[in-house]
Amino acid sequence: MKLKINGEAREYSGDPQMPLLWYLRDELQMTGTKYGCGMALCGACTVHIDGEATRSCQLPMSAIAGKSITTIEGLDADNQHPLQVAWKQHNVPQCGYCQSGQIMQAATLLAKNAAPSDTEIDQHMSGNICRCGTYPRIRNAIKDAAKGEAS
Amino acid sequence: MKDIISPQRRTFLKQTASASGFALGLTLLPSISPVAAEGTHTESLAPNVFVEFDANGQLFVTCHRSEMGQQIRTSLAQIIADELDADWDRVTVVQATGHPKYGDQNTDGSRSVRRNLERLRIAGATAAAMLREAAARGWNVSPDDCINREHGVVHTPSGNRVDYKSLIDVAATLPVPEPDSVSLKPRSRWKFIGKVMTSVDIDDVVSGNTTFGQDIQLDDMLVAVIQRPPVMFTHAESVDDKKARDIAGVVDVINLPEATAPAGFNPLGGVAVLAKTTWAAMQGVKALSVKWTRNEHTGYNSDSYKASLIATAQQPGEVVRKRGDAPKALKDSGNVISATYYAPLLAQAPMEPPAATARVTTDSAEIWACTQTPQSTRSNVAAALKMPEDKVTVNVTLLGGGFGRKSKPDFSVEAALLAQQAGKPVKVIWRREDDIQHGYYHSVSAQHIQATQDEAGNTLAWRHNTVFPSISSTFNPAATKPSNGELRLGFIDNPFAIPNMQLERGEAKNHVRIGWLRSVANVYHAFAIHSFADELAHAANQDSRDYLLSLIGEDRHIDLAAEGAEYDNYGDPIDVYPIDTARLKNVIRRVTDMADWDNRKVNNRFLGLAAHRSFLSYAAAVVEVEVAEDGTWTMPNVYMSLDAGTIVNPEHVRAQCEGGMIYGLSCAIGEISATDGAIDQTNFHNYQVARIQHAPKHFHVDIVESTKPPAGVGEPPTPPFAPALANALFAATGKRIRELPLPLTLS
Repeated sequence: MKLKINGEAREYSGDPQMPLLWYLRDELQMTGTKYGCGMALCGACTVHIDGEATRSCQLPMSAIAGKSITTIEGLDADNQHPLQVAWKQHNVPQCGYCQSGQIMQAATLLAKNAAPSDTEIDQHMSGNICRCGTYPRIRNAIKDAAKGEAS
Repeated sequence: MKDIISPQRRTFLKQTASASGFALGLTLLPSISPVAAEGTHTESLAPNVFVEFDANGQLFVTCHRSEMGQQIRTSLAQIIADELDADWDRVTVVQATGHPKYGDQNTDGSRSVRRNLERLRIAGATAAAMLREAAARGWNVSPDDCINREHGVVHTPSGNRVDYKSLIDVAATLPVPEPDSVSLKPRSRWKFIGKVMTSVDIDDVVSGNTTFGQDIQLDDMLVAVIQRPPVMFTHAESVDDKKARDIAGVVDVINLPEATAPAGFNPLGGVAVLAKTTWAAMQGVKALSVKWTRNEHTGYNSDSYKASLIATAQQPGEVVRKRGDAPKALKDSGNVISATYYAPLLAQAPMEPPAATARVTTDSAEIWACTQTPQSTRSNVAAALKMPEDKVTVNVTLLGGGFGRKSKPDFSVEAALLAQQAGKPVKVIWRREDDIQHGYYHSVSAQHIQATQDEAGNTLAWRHNTVFPSISSTFNPAATKPSNGELRLGFIDNPFAIPNMQLERGEAKNHVRIGWLRSVANVYHAFAIHSFADELAHAANQDSRDYLLSLIGEDRHIDLAAEGAEYDNYGDPIDVYPIDTARLKNVIRRVTDMADWDNRKVNNRFLGLAAHRSFLSYAAAVVEVEVAEDGTWTMPNVYMSLDAGTIVNPEHVRAQCEGGMIYGLSCAIGEISATDGAIDQTNFHNYQVARIQHAPKHFHVDIVESTKPPAGVGEPPTPPFAPALANALFAATGKRIRELPLPLTLS
């Protein structure tokens, strides 16, 4: 099967039941996308499938034939996506493990909603756990990125 | 002019040398070029194990503590760069492997800054002095007329300046000054200490360019996933691994050695599936059919255990601290107030489940692990492989959270044993289910407190019995009482000036591995003590803040030894870090001022307060709640005032306050339980942790500016949170929550 990862054409011929997460991490050695729970409960493995935030740990390869996948490594060529900039301005990360997933999840909110409210942010981000507790900074960084203040 | 910020300096130098039995870092042996031993550079100035300049004048700072979100790699670099007046853009942080030459590396107990501020200033100042000397020789002037400025040395009378890079070869030939002889900058000239510096790792984190323990990839490596015994110390009676071996990619199935008491840092045993890919290993382990033995722990059920723990707490215990005669005062009083508090087992559940990779040859081993404890990883791996310690190298990756789970090296030992047997590098991955079901749990606790008040509402007697299975049981099965080490965590150091006080402990047997979790026993002790303090305030019909201040009493340094209590003060001297009630009261006043406590009733706001000293710091929290008609509650605002003495990076301290409170919230709403000895919870759908929608809406953090010696930061914000929250819910609803987990919807 054919698919695109961060704009690059790829071919996959392995186990169709294997989740995308392990294709990214083990085969492509793109380890920016993290394993946290394996059950789509924590969001650490979030990537975009044709622009939709999706948990890669529960997504079999068979479901993504022909799709275009974006990972944290491909979110922005210079790692200067407004959210990445805002994340740095607000010193969001602590340990950093969940942050790829947080940023990928937040990016699809901003793509649809230029001025999300606190409630909308909480609803959109509710599937992404951060055990360090960076939630207040995630909220603020998303709001700033939405306002374009992070540029 | 010497600037000695702490009277501990000399003692500390002696202690460090003797504690490890090794003349490390601070004796600055000129023959040691330790960073070069890490294989990074060749020509260099390396006066000690923490500081090295390469020939281009790039400053390499070796961070010997593990990075798990506290930004220690940044803070320790700030300390060293400060004395050198370095250019921050020319500083590179090198992560140390596990080795005694660095002194203690066990990154727990909130002590990375408090134990290293002074010694790393000296480490930096030593190199700074050598660079001044090198410049002075070149100019033929006195080094006393030279200062370190902007990554170079300036001759003050002439204004001449030379960059460090031109001084490296000469400086490298100079004798290394004795630590006692180097002068330290005065605080007024600190350049990086006390300043906000962005994390050195932040660019990598936001671009996904990070290497955690789970991310290690070696050529020809196998991935192992392990099915561990569901009940501690049971073992596989029979294993049918045919289906597992049939899965494409599965290479081998290996039985790990059976575990017996004490648990220690040993693997739990079980059956490992080794495969070429993570997915195959995960599929393989699911396909195993294992019959497990039964043992005494199979009878462990949380419901009946809870009842027995509470029954023990309500009986008299063994007295561990006594002032006056609390039992008599209670007996003589017609007005005894009492309450029992309960808190369940918890799992640390760092976002990154444990993972370790091992490459083992016949005479050496190398480990890559997300470990808080590279030194005990090294010693435990060496012991398991029957290899001398100096043949084992432990590389420390970034840690996707630790919270105490990764201060146990069991997962690295698993990887080492499997790599040895497989004859190939092996990465052991813990799935989330493994992490939640086979952890070293935060202990389950029952506490009973009785008090009596006079007619004016003054508390005259306080009798508190604490009962929980001890961390000591993990290392000694005969340990059936809370250890002194745990009683010191917020129990025996109770700061209340009540004339009659008796503190007791009771017996509790362990049935799971008990371990450390952020703030450890402080979490449940603060919950009980500060919930009950609030209950006493209400019984006396007094303001909770005022009553708490009166319970704490006059400004004084508490002398626990005078009351027969053993207290180690988190391993630091009590004269340098006294239990100072003035500082505790100060954070209470500051946090309640910030929260507009006095006007809460006119403003119809429901606030709860708690304040707790731990890890030598003073933290006070106010939580505001709103409770909806359906019983759901939210926190519009939370407030924290923290006095941690001298701090290195205020932004990171603030972040620890925010995150520490949210961790405290998770501790209040989470629960691990067992049925027939096996843990009931498996993953984040049935082990509840705080999500963004549960988090308080607004955080207000106040860091007390202080020149006092540095104290802990990572843990102190957590303990006061749950009691402040429960007290706020009482203020809003009149319902007292004495048992955790605290429901997200009140009934």
